[in-house]
Amino acid sequence: MDARRESEPTPMKNRTTVERKSERELVTTRTFNGPARIVFEAWTKPELFKRWWVPKSMGMSLLSCEMDVRVGGRYRLEFSYEGSKSAFFGTYKEVTPHSRLVWTNEESEDGAITTVTFEEKDGKTLLVMHELYPSKEALDAAGTGAADAMVETFAQLDELLVTLGASVGRS
Amino acid sequence: MVQYSRARFDASFAALSDATRRGVLERLGRADASITDLAEKFHMTLTGMKKHVGVLEQAGLVTTEKVGRVRTCKLGLRRLEEEAAWIERYHQLWDARFDELDKVVEELKWKEKVDGRKKRK
Repeated sequence: MDARRESEPTPMKNRTTVERKSERELVTTRTFNGPARIVFEAWTKPELFKRWWVPKSMGMSLLSCEMDVRVGGRYRLEFSYEGSKSAFFGTYKEVTPHSRLVWTNEESEDGAITTVTFEEKDGKTLLVMHELYPSKEALDAAGTGAADAMVETFAQLDELLVTLGASVGRS
Repeated sequence: MVQYSRARFDASFAALSDATRRGVLERLGRADASITDLAEKFHMTLTGMKKHVGVLEQAGLVTTEKVGRVRTCKLGLRRLEEEAAWIERYHQLWDARFDELDKVVEELKWKEKVDGRKKRK
């Protein structure tokens, strides 16, 4: 398989765009050189998803990836970065095969609702990822914190949630 | 450069093309001021100054906050730079992810082709 890929010309790299559409919305787009059913598959099968979600350049490693892709199903991604562990988790709100996925991010109250649409045209797929944050402040915070402190913050948040969970349990 | 930044930078340059607005920025660089203060200092009507501040605000160069009946203006330049920087980092992250996803898509396409050929045999 690898031998064949090497002998084929490298497909043209498509452009990724990111735009803050409003105070609470971030929109990312990208075209893929394949049909929607394939791109959708890569977003919904954990064994495929985990091959691209954590790019090598990020210096992170994915520890586990659980995805129950159906309405009401949950996902959980755990990864480590420089010795600290963190997690992303949430719930799938909409699952329309090959065209639309909606999920929540529940690591904090400031988590976004993410909608991904897959639009096929001439064998290519336009992917639009729309993230809606609960407030302008939540998106600002997600952005300024994201690159540098994301992992640490979520690790701390995890601890906090455990603590909060324990105290709720006691009361 | 991402689309977002380009649009915002265009707006910034348009905002800076006016001498009064450049003066307002210089003034706010020294201290925050209310729209009334600025109108007085630049010998303008309140409405005229509101328009200038509006243009600067749109470009992300100035932020305003209303406390009681007074609207205070402050320099927003630093925030704009920070925001453009994090959008750029976010862009890099997703661009890297999507490059990896390209590989997965290519591989699945190839598998489909092979499977299709097998079925026909």
